[in-house]
Amino acid sequence: MEIPSARPGEALPTNNPEPPAQSFPDNDPAPGRIEVESLYKSYETESGFREVIKDLSLSVTEGQVTAIMGPSGCGKSTLINLLAGYEKPNGGKISIDQKPVTGAGPDRLVVFQETALFPWLTTFENVAYGPKIRRELKGEKLDSVIMSLLRTVGLEDFRDKYPSQLSGGMQRRAELVRALVNRPKVMLLDEPFRGLDAMTRSLMRDYYLDLFERHKGTQVFVTSELDEGLLIADRLAIVTNRPGRIKKILDVALPRPRDESLRGSPEYLSLKAEALELLHEEALKSFKAGAVNSADFVGAYAAMG
Amino acid sequence: MTDNPSGIIPAVESLPLAEAATAEPQAAAHRPRGPLAKWLTSPAPWLNVSGILGFLLLWHLLTTVLRLPLFDKLPGPLETVGEWFSRNPTYGISVFTVEYYQHIGLSCLRVFLAFLLATALGVPLGLLMGWKKTFCDYTFPVLELLRPIPMLAWVPLAILMWPGRETSIVFLTFLGSFFATLLNSWLGVKSIDRSYFRAAASLGASESLLFRKIVWPGAMPFVFTGLQISMGYAWFSLVAGEMLAGEFGLGYLIWDSYILVQYPVIIIAMFTLGVVGSLSSLIIRLVGNLLIKWKVKEA
Ligand SMILES: Nc1ncnc2c1ncn2[C@@H]1O[C@H](COP(=O)(O)OP(=O)(O)OP(=O)(O)O)[C@@H](O)[C@H]1O
Ligand SMILES: [Mg+2]
Repeated sequence: MEIPSARPGEALPTNNPEPPAQSFPDNDPAPGRIEVESLYKSYETESGFREVIKDLSLSVTEGQVTAIMGPSGCGKSTLINLLAGYEKPNGGKISIDQKPVTGAGPDRLVVFQETALFPWLTTFENVAYGPKIRRELKGEKLDSVIMSLLRTVGLEDFRDKYPSQLSGGMQRRAELVRALVNRPKVMLLDEPFRGLDAMTRSLMRDYYLDLFERHKGTQVFVTSELDEGLLIADRLAIVTNRPGRIKKILDVALPRPRDESLRGSPEYLSLKAEALELLHEEALKSFKAGAVNSADFVGAYAAMG
Repeated sequence: MTDNPSGIIPAVESLPLAEAATAEPQAAAHRPRGPLAKWLTSPAPWLNVSGILGFLLLWHLLTTVLRLPLFDKLPGPLETVGEWFSRNPTYGISVFTVEYYQHIGLSCLRVFLAFLLATALGVPLGLLMGWKKTFCDYTFPVLELLRPIPMLAWVPLAILMWPGRETSIVFLTFLGSFFATLLNSWLGVKSIDRSYFRAAASLGASESLLFRKIVWPGAMPFVFTGLQISMGYAWFSLVAGEMLAGEFGLGYLIWDSYILVQYPVIIIAMFTLGVVGSLSSLIIRLVGNLLIKWKVKEA
């Protein structure tokens, strides 16, 4: 079943008249595998030399969602920037399907923490940007692929709107689709739903799960919400306080497709308790180290537990 | 997804509706009125008109009724307007004389040429400076050295360098607007969020595409702000240039009328400058709004 696309001012149809969204014209490419070996990244700042990532090793398995969690400022966004090729590590190796990462490219697409939809392009033009500049798809074929994706996330009536005319949740969905239309081997998502209200956030998670389960690509998904992480992830990687490295990887072997009802199950609860314990430990360390917003972080996790 | 548990659906149902409401808040009940109709039914036009009338009244009082020492040499509004719209003007300048339009036309032509030149050079140079750090490193010190030099300080050089008065005046006017255009175009690129460049690079954009698809549209709002400022500077510099070296034009007319003791003409030329100056920046604003639709709609 497809998530029905709701139009403004119109009740959801009970039986969906739309044909099922055919995903892509060709097959999705094989999802990629990322290997990160003893990664090291430091910055020169005004207050001196700062090690952000130190000795971080991680295998991101193909076709799975690997969620990344850790205290604020532990280097999660830095890790994403390194994987995307926006920045260069000071040490260690990153490869995707055995090929070393040297720069940015359409095989690894990023959904940013803040929206990066081009404000001067409409929703449709934003989504069409990648395929157009690479001249991979054009004309009616491109049109139908994009419209079917926009329909999946309920944005087909907003194709000609500019990003500033979309709500926060719509912008996030448009951005997911803009990345997905390029059929990347890997998607990198850096807290893509941060700043959305709780309702929109859980809705976004469902859209995301639907898209992921349809298109199965390798996903690296940074989040600060444990429930979000557990509901979407196949593996949950917990990063230590800065300098960040992987503290532990939990296998989230919950059945798919997933939804909220899982949250009461014993497996879920025991996983959550374990993750909470690990996160709490790191948050406390970061608190002792005097990180700026770690106080909120500890508070938030105490409230969750 | 083949068996989506029904638990998801209610959330899907309620949310996009709420989001749609925020995206199009005024789509409901009222038929949308045009901006002009809205303006006409608001108190604004009345306030505008009374502001102008108050100004004219004050002018009249100061120059004609009270005849304060500071103002007693100035022509009053009745005298000025009488001369301005006279078929047979005492001093030979009114809306019915050809000379009046020759002065306006020549000033506009000079500003237009200088502004065009400043835009054609300033915008690409500014964008390039913002985009390529090495280019900026070359040019920035020179720019920062030349930019603060008041335009009037250039007058002797302008006269020495260029053959004839015409080119000197256009050159001075060009200088006035060039730096504002350059600086704002440069700032425009600097204002573009890094994540747009990153997103474009990930999506596969080449360097030249980055320039056309990110730098150019992204800097556009700043560029147009710069053009408006630079148009103001152009008129400022033009008048100074014409006063010093002109044989025609509104700036020349002001200075000439002062020397010939034709005071109403000074006021006429000044107001004319006010009108053409406003019109020229209005045109830039309209063109900008047309090109930057995505920004206008944000309001
Ligand atoms: N370009 C940079 N120059 C200097 N320091 C940086 C730079 N980028 C990041 N840092 C520092 O690196 C640390 C990690 O930053 P990063 O943004 O990766 O953290 P994060 O885990 O994503 O945090 P958050 O949860 O707040 O998003 C921070 O202390 C930050 O100040
Ligand atoms: Mg971050």
